[in-house]
Amino acid sequence: MFTIHAAKKGVSALLLAVALMVSAGMAGAAEQEHPVIERQTWTFSGLFGKYDDAQLQRGFRVYTDVCSRCHGINRIYFRNLAEPGGPAFPVAAVKALAATFKVDDAPNEEGKVKKRPALLTDPFPSPYKNEQEARFSQNGALPPDLSLITKARSAEAEAPFYRVPDHMIRDILTGYQEGGADYVYAYITGFSEPPAGVKLAEFMNYNKAFPGHQTAMPNPFAGGDGLVEYDDGTPRTVENYARDVTAFLAWAGDPKLEERKRLGLLVIGYLLITVVLLGFAKRRVWRDVH
Amino acid sequence: MASHESSYRPTNRLSKWLDARLPIQRMMHAQFIDFPTPRNINYLWTTGGLLSFFLGVQLLTGIVLAMHYAPTAADAFNSVEHIRRDVNYGWLMRNMHAVGASMFFLAVYIHIGRGLYYGSYKAPREVLWIIGVVIFLLMMATAFMGYSLPWGQMSFWAVTVITNLFSSIDSIIPGLGTRIVQWLWGGYSVSGTTLTRFFSLHYLLPFVIAGAVVLHIWALHVVGQNNPTGLEIKTASDSVPMSPHAVTKDIFALSVFVMLFAWFVFYLPDYLGHPDNYIEANPLSTPPHIVPEWYFLPYYAILRAIPNKLLGVVAMFASIIILCFTPWLDTSRVRSSKYRPVYKWFFWLFVITVIALGYLGSKPPEGAYVLWARIFTAYYFMHFLIVMPIVGVMETPSRMPRSITEAVLGSSGQPVNVGAPAAPPRH
Repeated sequence: MFTIHAAKKGVSALLLAVALMVSAGMAGAAEQEHPVIERQTWTFSGLFGKYDDAQLQRGFRVYTDVCSRCHGINRIYFRNLAEPGGPAFPVAAVKALAATFKVDDAPNEEGKVKKRPALLTDPFPSPYKNEQEARFSQNGALPPDLSLITKARSAEAEAPFYRVPDHMIRDILTGYQEGGADYVYAYITGFSEPPAGVKLAEFMNYNKAFPGHQTAMPNPFAGGDGLVEYDDGTPRTVENYARDVTAFLAWAGDPKLEERKRLGLLVIGYLLITVVLLGFAKRRVWRDVH
Repeated sequence: MASHESSYRPTNRLSKWLDARLPIQRMMHAQFIDFPTPRNINYLWTTGGLLSFFLGVQLLTGIVLAMHYAPTAADAFNSVEHIRRDVNYGWLMRNMHAVGASMFFLAVYIHIGRGLYYGSYKAPREVLWIIGVVIFLLMMATAFMGYSLPWGQMSFWAVTVITNLFSSIDSIIPGLGTRIVQWLWGGYSVSGTTLTRFFSLHYLLPFVIAGAVVLHIWALHVVGQNNPTGLEIKTASDSVPMSPHAVTKDIFALSVFVMLFAWFVFYLPDYLGHPDNYIEANPLSTPPHIVPEWYFLPYYAILRAIPNKLLGVVAMFASIIILCFTPWLDTSRVRSSKYRPVYKWFFWLFVITVIALGYLGSKPPEGAYVLWARIFTAYYFMHFLIVMPIVGVMETPSRMPRSITEAVLGSSGQPVNVGAPAAPPRH
C-alpha cells in the first residue's frame, strides 16, 4: 500500500539523488570557455565609487596618443571632456583641443562642403572615414569603436555560480559591475609571444585574455614604459597606461556613473527609513489580529 | 462581488451627487477598503500588489522612454545611448525599465509559485487562474518585443531565433511557416521594419495587460482570496478588512521589494543583461552564444531539449498552456500543499526542475547539458500529467484546521474530517 511515510522518504531520497547527480553531471559538462580574468581595483567600483579625474585625464592622453590611431570613440563629444563626473578638463583647454581637429562644415550656399575647426558640440573624430577604409588599412580587421567597449565585454565568473553561490551573492552585495574594465585591462596587458606549439594565423597576435588567444590587434604598448608622457609625476609604466586608459574607457561607456551611485545612496537610505516606519505601522495595525 | 456591509458614507456634496449617478467611489470603497481578506494570509499574498506596481512602473518609464527613442534600424541603438548619456535622468528611466522587467518577472514567478503551492487554481478560482496565465503570456510577448528595441546584437539575434521558430510549421504544411515568418518580419529578413512593428506592439500590449489585470482583479473579488489553509472565509472572524490590514502589509512588502529593485537600478543596472547587447545589431555577425534574458531560460531549455524543431516549439508553448489545465489535472480534494504530505515534496521537485531548466537554458546545447535538459523537460510535463492526477487520488491529506480562525488562534475544538476542503462553519 501507498503510505505517507514511505512516499515521503522515497521522494526526499529522489530529491537528494537528483540534486547530487545534477551537480556532478553539470560540473562535468562545464568546461573552461574563457580565460580567467583577474579582478582589478578601480576607484569607480562599489557603492561609493567615483572616477579619479586625474586618472581619466591621463587615460585620455593614452587614448589619444596610442588607441586613437586605430579606434574611434564617437559617442564622446568634446563637451563631455569638460563635464563633471568625467575627466573635467578646463573648458578652454577642451575648446583649444577641439580646434586642432578639422571636421566637415555644413554645405555652403554653393553646396560645397568645407572643413572647419571642431567645436565642443562635435563628437570626437574617428580615425577612418568609413568601415571600408578601416578594414583596408587593418588587414581586413575592423577596430571597434571604444565608446562602449567596457560595457560590451565581460569577465566570466571564476567558476559556475552553482558551485560558488557565495561569489554571486558577493558580487550582488558589492555592486560588482567592472567585469568589462577587468577584461579590457587583462586584454591590453595580455600580449606575449605565443607559447611553444601554438601556430598563429596570418596577421594574428597572441593574447592570453582573448577567447581563442588569437587577436588581430597588435600589442598597443609594444613601445614599453615611457611611451606616453605623463606630466603629473605618475610613473610612466605600461601597467599605469593600461590602468588609466581602461578607467577612461569605463567613463566613456558610463558617463553618468557618479550621478547614478550618488542618487542610489539617497534612494536606498530613504527606503531603509521608510521600510522601518512601515514595518512599525504594519505591526501596529495587525497587533490584535494574530 | 463578495457581499458585505458597505461602510461607505459620502461626506461632501460632490461625492453625494456622484454617488447617486455613478457610484464609483462606493464601488472602490467596497472593493479596496471593506473587502474582506483572510486574516492568515502570509507575505506571498503581497505579490499581487507588487505586480500592479511594476506594471505601473513599466508603463510610466516606458512612456517617457518612447519620447526619446527612435524605432528605426539606423537610430534605435544610438537613441538608447542618447537616453543613457544626454537625456536628463534618461539613464534612470532606462535602468528602471530594463531592471523593472526583470523584477516584474521575479514577482510573477513567486506569484505563480504561490498559486501552485496553495492550490489557488482550484474551484472556484479556475477563471481567475486562467486569466492569470493569459496575463503571463502577454507579459512574455511584451518583454520579448521590448528586448528587441535597443537593437543590440542579442536583441537582433533573439528576434531572429524566436521568429524563425514559426518556420517549423513548414514541416506540416510546406511553405506556410515561411510565409508566417515573412509576414512577421515584414520582409525577407529581420530588419528595421520588424523593429518598428515590434515597437508599435510593445507600446500596445501593456494596455491589453492592464485590461486583463482588471478582469483578474474582478474575478479575484468575486471568489475572494485564497490563503495558506486553502479554506474559505466562513465567519466574520476569518477575515479582516483590506484597509488598513492588507494595505499596510502590501505597502511594507512593496517597500522591501523596491529596495531590491533600487539596488539593481543604481548599482547593478547591467547585471541582468548581456554585454553583447552593447554592440549594435549586425546581421552579418552571429554572437557565439545566443541566450535570452534570464526569465525566458527555462522555456528556451525546453525548446532546445527536443530534437525535432516543430515539437520543440510545441513543447515550449505547451509548458505554459498546460498551466491552464491544472484546475482539472489536480485531483486532490485539498487545496493547500500545507496539508498534502506527499505532493508537497513533488512541488519542490518541480521548483528545482524549473531552476535547473533555467540554468541549462543559459548553456550551449551540447554534451551533458542536452541530456539533463531532456530529463528535466520530461519531469516538467510529468509533474502536471502524472504527478498531479495520481498523487491527488492516492495521498491521505494531513489533519486540517476547521477554519481560518482556528488556524490562526490554535485548536479549540475536535478535529474535523481530514481532507475536507469545505468543512461546515462552526456555530
